[in-house]
Order: sequence, then C-alpha cells, then structure tokens
Amino acid sequence: MLRFGLCSLAVLATVGLATPGHAQSTIFMPAVVEESGPGAVSGTNFRDGLKLAVEEINAKGGILGKKIDMPIFDTQSQAGVSRGLIQKVLDNKPYVIFGPVYSGSVLVDMQLTQQAEIPEIVGGEAATITQKGDPYVFRTSFGQQASMPKIGNYIADGLKAKTVALVWVNSDFGKPGRDAFLKEMAKHNIKVLTDISTELGQTDFSADVIKVKAANADVIFPYINEEECARFLKEARKQGITKTPIVGETTLLSQKVIELAGSAAEGAQAHVGLTVDAPIPAVQEFLAKFKKKFNYVPDHNGIKGYTAAYFVKHVTEKIGKFDSKAFAKAAHGMTITPKDEPGILMEATWDENGDIDRASFLGEVVDGKQKIVKILPKIGK
Amino acid sequence: MATFIQLLVSGLATGAIYALIAVGFTLLWQTSQTINFAQGEFVMVPAFFILEAMYLGAPFWLAALIGIALSVLLLGLTFKLIIVDPMLKHGVLPLVISTIALSLFMKEMVKNLYSSQAQPFPALVAPYDFHILGAVISSQSLAVLAVAISAVVLLHLLLHKTRLGRAMQATAQNPTLARILGISVRRMVLYTFMINAVLCAIASILISPIYLAKFVNGETLGIAAFLAAIIGGFNQVRGAIVGGFLIGILDNLSAAYISSTYRAASPLLILIVIIMFRPQGLLGRVEERTV
Repeated sequence: MLRFGLCSLAVLATVGLATPGHAQSTIFMPAVVEESGPGAVSGTNFRDGLKLAVEEINAKGGILGKKIDMPIFDTQSQAGVSRGLIQKVLDNKPYVIFGPVYSGSVLVDMQLTQQAEIPEIVGGEAATITQKGDPYVFRTSFGQQASMPKIGNYIADGLKAKTVALVWVNSDFGKPGRDAFLKEMAKHNIKVLTDISTELGQTDFSADVIKVKAANADVIFPYINEEECARFLKEARKQGITKTPIVGETTLLSQKVIELAGSAAEGAQAHVGLTVDAPIPAVQEFLAKFKKKFNYVPDHNGIKGYTAAYFVKHVTEKIGKFDSKAFAKAAHGMTITPKDEPGILMEATWDENGDIDRASFLGEVVDGKQKIVKILPKIGK
Repeated sequence: MATFIQLLVSGLATGAIYALIAVGFTLLWQTSQTINFAQGEFVMVPAFFILEAMYLGAPFWLAALIGIALSVLLLGLTFKLIIVDPMLKHGVLPLVISTIALSLFMKEMVKNLYSSQAQPFPALVAPYDFHILGAVISSQSLAVLAVAISAVVLLHLLLHKTRLGRAMQATAQNPTLARILGISVRRMVLYTFMINAVLCAIASILISPIYLAKFVNGETLGIAAFLAAIIGGFNQVRGAIVGGFLIGILDNLSAAYISSTYRAASPLLILIVIIMFRPQGLLGRVEERTV
C-alpha cells in the first residue's frame, strides 16, 4: 500500500512538474519509458535513441515547422506506474506517445491510447500487442510472430537440431514468446525436452541450468531479458555447458549481455531484428553519433527509439498536418525507405496491425563482439 | 544422481553465502538487540566499493581489501556510531525503522551513482570444471564454499579460542556481569558491528559474480539471510549457519524438482513449520525475559 502510494505520488509529481504547458511552436510528444527497474537497460537505450533523433530533427527546424517537445517519464518498469503516466500525458493532448518498451506495460497502456485515439509507438515485442486490433499501436521492431519463424528455420535447417531445451521468462514478454516458439518447434518436428519458466529479475540460475544440462538437448534456447541472459550464460559456462549451441533472440546478443557475461557470452547465437553491428552504412553512422553523444554502445532498443522519432516525422510530413487519427490511418501499410527518410536507417513497412517488417540478422558473439553472420530479408519479399 | 550432486553443491555454495550474512544478523542481535533490515544492502554496497577501487586502477585483490576496509569503516563503525547508538536507547522498533530507512537510502544512492543497470563483477577464481561421480562441479562454486567456510571457521576460532572472543560472548550473554568483570561492553559491541561488516563484504565478493553488482541485490539477500537466521535460531551463530545452508539447498532443489516459479515459497513454508513447532529455531535457545 505504502509502495503504491509512493509510486502514485512520484507519478503525480513528475507529470505535474514536467508538463507546465506547451508553447504553440512545439508539438507535444512525450516518452514513457523504463528508466529504472529491471527494464532500465532497454528503456534507457530507447530513450537515448529518441533523444538523439529529436535533437537532430529539432536542429533542422522540427516537423512541419514545429519543434518536438518530448518530456520523459519513468515507468520504473512497472505496468501500473506506466498506465498512470500514460493517463496523465493523455490529459495534455499529445500528438503521439513514444514507449514503453516492456510488453507488459504496453499491454495495459494501449487500451488508454486507443480510447483517446492517440498513436503509441512502442518498443514491446510480445506477439499479443498487435493481435488486439488496436489501430493506434505501432511497433519499432519485430514482434515474436515475425521473429520466431526465422529462429525456427535456423534451428531446424541451419543447426539441424532435433531436440531443444527452452528457458523463458514468465512475463508478458516471455509467455507469448514461448508460445510462438513452441508452435515453431512443432512445425519443424523438433522435440522440446525441457520447458523451464523463470522469473523476471531472477538472480540465481544454477538450478535451471542444471536441469537444462540434464536434458542434453541439441540446442538451448533462452528467452529471457538482458541481465538474466548474462546470468544464465555465466551459469551455463560455469556448469560446463560449452559445446551445446545457445541460440536466442535479440536480447541474448545485446551489448549489455556481452559486457556483463564477458567470456561466457562467447559463441552465443541469436536472431537479431536490429543491431548496431549491422553492416549497413546508415546504421554505422547512427552508432558513431550515438556513441559520441552518450558515450556507450547502444543495443537494438537505441535503434528502435531513434527510428521511432523519424517514423513519426515521415508520416506527419506525408499527411501534412498534426492529426493523430490521420497519422494512424496513413501509417498502416506505409513503407519508408532510407532514400525517403535517412533517419529510418533501413527500409521498413508497417502492416495493417502496426507490425513492422524489415530485413533482420543472424548474429554470433565472436571475440567479445557481436558478429553478423547472415542478413535475412524482409518477410514480405 | 549427477544432477542431484550438482544441485547440492550449488545449493551449498549459495547457502554458505546466506550463512555468512545470517551470522552477521545473529551477532548484532545477540550483542546489541539490533535487527538490521539493511543487512542485504550491507552486502550489496561493498561490491561497488570494490568496483570503484578497480576503476581507480587497483587490481582485484587490492580492491577487495579496500572494499572490506571501507565496509568496516562505513558499515561497521559509522553505522554503529551514527545510527545504532542514538536510536537504540529509544527501543528496538525505532532502530528497526531506521535500518529500513537506511536500506532505502543505500539502494537509491547506489542507483543514482552507478545507474540502475547491473555491473559486471570479477569472479574469485578462473573457471575450471571438476568431474566428480559424473557431476561437473565448477571451481567457482568450490571457491565460494571454501572462502565462506573458512570465514565461519575463523569466526568460530575468534569467538571460542581467544580472550577477545570470550569477552564478546560474555557481553552477549550478560552485559551487566561482563561490565563487572571489567570488560568494555561498548567496545565489544563495536567489534561485533565491525565483524558483521567484514562478513557482509566477504559475502558481497562471493555473490556479486553470480548476481552481478546491482542496487537491488540486497532485497533478495536480506530476506534470505533473515529467514535463515530465524529458521536456524536467531540467538545462535551455529543456528544461522545451519539455516543458511538449509535455505540454499532447499532453494536449489525446489527450483529443480518443483518449479522455479515457487522457489521463493519453500523457505517461507519451512519458516511457518519452524514457528509452529520450534519457535526458537532449529538450534536456538528459548529465551526467558522478566517483565
């Protein structure tokens, strides 16, 4: 009760202080992200990507002559706090809202933004986000329904695996991911020997790793958040798992995981929807600018944040006005190429559900760095 | 069988760390009736002292020594003088509230200084696998066990085989009589706080490579150690050791054989059983108080 009260006070204080009114020369586009709590790695990367893009856009005169006013609110990685913040920013009539990144938060927020008819540009990857028929939610990266088939193909055809050990985080991100993964495994006739649920923010993976090891599967697939990935990898190497391929999704190869897990991350492979290691000049240029400004190497969430702002800029310039409803209508089915909008970095298409389609990558940790071994084309190509 | 052995060793390693922290709990309770709800944060913070020393160029071994020294100074001496001494005279409850406030302060301070993200922390020894009865036992688990058990044995020798240790025990058992015998009770209590800080710093060095250094680490550790102390017996050092090992093993076995999701519930179930059938803890003494 006390915690709830403190959180509510913090929400009220933050919103009250940060939105004293908006000048006519600016357009209000708040960002509601995870700056603290277990989602801080993802949220701060997303936030900094946004900041960089907004600074660039504003330096060039803004969007349709108006500069972006983007106050940032911290969800503390809690869905309840996130919902409270979204409600507050909606009271100030935003044009669009950026964030959050955590799927659990997105799932409780999107009812509010849909009701208010305000587009929400989110970082969440849970398949369920775009399966609810909400015309106001737009992804900045692959949903699980797009990434899992690519992983399934790689495990079946690339690694020729017949069995797999699955470790997943029991959250709004992990559960739909696990379901989508199991569907893919069934499609490829791959047997799931062990199916271990873990907790968000879990610190000790020794029992889980021992169970995984005992299963003796051809491939280990951890579908957990960044810090937990690092702890899992360290424990796996500690328990002598050195030969079985550890294959995952984007989080497994994030910069933070490589930094935290150190040599234990060596050899880990993953399907990566977005990466700063992509051999694409525009992405490399983004990486250089980001590193110069924030003094760290961003993960995929940094790119998500950066491209989210440019997505809004391009769609708004296309419709020629600040109209949230017209934005949502125009963005569905839109393809943006780097030629049209350099800030989008890679050609991307948003479908009728708000899902994004673009090329993706297969990566591996080699000598302490993520190395892209293959570029996978857009699904729609 | 191999899986069971691995789970057991892994549980013992974690349990040994819980035991170190729980011993600190019981020492403070016995000598000064202090229940330190910031004990988990006392384990979380030394990791950042060490990281800071390493950032300034110290090798790991030196940074660890600096971390222990800073812990003794700040989490032992300063904690006793600035928080415990002024609050204890008002009773146990104000002190408990003060330590809760301290835990929040320490957590937020580390978050502000080091960000909310986890930081990598070096392991005590290089990774190496030992194959025993088909089980793979890592050098890191064995190192954790060895260091934690050595610390407990040294503490036991200090308390039972030295004049200083006997004076500390006398202080814990009967401060008035200890005073009559010429023992400086204040100093003995202060030594206990310093020993607790050393135990917390050692626990920090052992646990941080596994948990990674992060501002929230104290939450889990503090609860686990508190439960260990109650299960083992809050007024017995050996009870805290048994409680620590028991929770570590139980946690691992329940995660493997029942479910990771319910692993946190197992120690609580044991606690309920202990409170119902043996409220003084497994090895604790029944305390009688005059009214």
